[in-house]
Amino acid sequence: MSAPDLAPLWLTLKLAATVTVLLLVLATPLALWLARSGSRLRPVVEAITALPLVLPPTVLGFYLLLAFNPNAPLGAFWLTATGHSLTFSFAGLVIASLVYSLPFAVQPLQAAFKALGSAPAEAAASLGAGPLDAFLSVIAPLTLRGYLTAMVLTFAHTIGEFGIVLMVGGNIPGETRVISIAIYEQVETLDYASAHLMSGLLLAFAFLTLLALYSVNGRTDGGGA
Amino acid sequence: MTTLNLRISLTQGDFTLELDRALPLSGLTAVFGPSGSGKSTLLRVIAGFQRAGGRLAYAGTVWDQGRQFVPPHKRRVATVFQQPRLFAHLDVAGNLEYAARRSGQMAAVAAAVDRFDLGSLLGRRTTALSGGEAQRVALARALLSGPQIILMDEPLSALDQKRRATILTQIENLRDDAKIPILYVSHDTAEVARLATNVLSLSEGRAIGFGPATEILNAAIASRDFSATEPGCLISARVCGMTADGLCRLEFPGGTILSPEPAGRTGADVRLFIRARDVIVARQRPTGLSALNILPAIVTGIDARGVSADLALSCGGVPLRARITQRSVAALGLEARSPCFAILKTVALAQN
Repeated sequence: MSAPDLAPLWLTLKLAATVTVLLLVLATPLALWLARSGSRLRPVVEAITALPLVLPPTVLGFYLLLAFNPNAPLGAFWLTATGHSLTFSFAGLVIASLVYSLPFAVQPLQAAFKALGSAPAEAAASLGAGPLDAFLSVIAPLTLRGYLTAMVLTFAHTIGEFGIVLMVGGNIPGETRVISIAIYEQVETLDYASAHLMSGLLLAFAFLTLLALYSVNGRTDGGGA
Repeated sequence: MTTLNLRISLTQGDFTLELDRALPLSGLTAVFGPSGSGKSTLLRVIAGFQRAGGRLAYAGTVWDQGRQFVPPHKRRVATVFQQPRLFAHLDVAGNLEYAARRSGQMAAVAAAVDRFDLGSLLGRRTTALSGGEAQRVALARALLSGPQIILMDEPLSALDQKRRATILTQIENLRDDAKIPILYVSHDTAEVARLATNVLSLSEGRAIGFGPATEILNAAIASRDFSATEPGCLISARVCGMTADGLCRLEFPGGTILSPEPAGRTGADVRLFIRARDVIVARQRPTGLSALNILPAIVTGIDARGVSADLALSCGGVPLRARITQRSVAALGLEARSPCFAILKTVALAQN
């Protein structure tokens, strides 16, 4: 057995970390709005946010592929702005994963903000804290558990994605060849030894993250609501 | 004297709050009325948590009018809520510093800790505080935010009698020496009687009176839609010394009342709340009775309420109310202008 190629593992971790950080920032205002708004648009936005949960990744991947095309607005914009195409690139994978993992970040945050209610935000405002100040000093610390859940789910879910990567990313070593694609290829080429190693790593990782999440959630019950 | 200008109208479901008044605020102004009268909604509008149509201005600054809206954090309005709403991720000291840092009053923290006796609680988690302790921290925190007005929304309602007494005293002290107008929402007559300088009386979303506490409270208590509150009367009296056996002598135009409760130094003005069910009526001056206070009075009105009746009495021009049965009204032959004697079973001090 030759030395296993760990490049797909590092690429996957890089992708998952990037997506998690970006998504926590992007999902926060959306989740706040969903938790607080009485607008008639809320159910519509909520449904759109949940779409990636029910759509087959190939459907999402198909539409994203169309959007990334240099002739489509998003693809054209990216090409003129960066000089690179979005299709079959790491940046394309990041954008696709942002869409794909969106509900896994939004839903735990929305639930956490809803459980917290408006009382702490009002108390902070009455003590002179502006909206951003109140969010950073009161709301975020009191919904830390929601953030932890969102972080772990987003990270783990991004690591596990396959269909969408295959559609928009392909299989370019160092650029889009993430761990799930690598395993698929190893099985196709009957390299079971490598597939075993990679799959074992992924299985252990998934179990340990979930174990850590559930242990933490069990311990810090309440979270200050 | 700072003026709060209210010309607001706000509809929520089938409830409408509609006020058009300029309220001069000094000391503690109670917003008083039965539940559902719009008291808490009014407070939320003043704090800026809810918008209302019309115009809201305080001390010459417009807070809410059309497109002009000053957000809550820029109003310098501190709110003490029914639940203390302390920040659970900070300890007591952290909660106080949260307010003080944002108002630039870090130097005032020590004085606030002293005033509300929080020295031993500073390192405590807020979840480990009793209800009374938490509300004291909330009061200190509100004061440290450097407010130009303090709103209190039934801050005592979640507390037991004993803790209430402590906090009442602290609110009184705050009213007397902090020089910050306080707007205090309550439906508790005794609480309002004790604390309020002025009273804004609300009923079904409308203001039905504003003025000195005694006047407004008596009018509100006498009105029929106030059945939610303990019926009774508030009277102003003056402490004029002690009897040899330790009773406090209180004088008012209707005579002298003796109270076993010390009411304050001689010459102090106090308010007494006399519940209608604590007043008995007799046609002749009774003898051999343990009650200390027997006052000559005249019946001014009889308000039948099922088997019982509320008698409006006049004691030397001061109104009193007595709740007795219809049967007693008939047995004593009471009618308007009947002279009688009002016997006070107990007298609750509502100290000013």
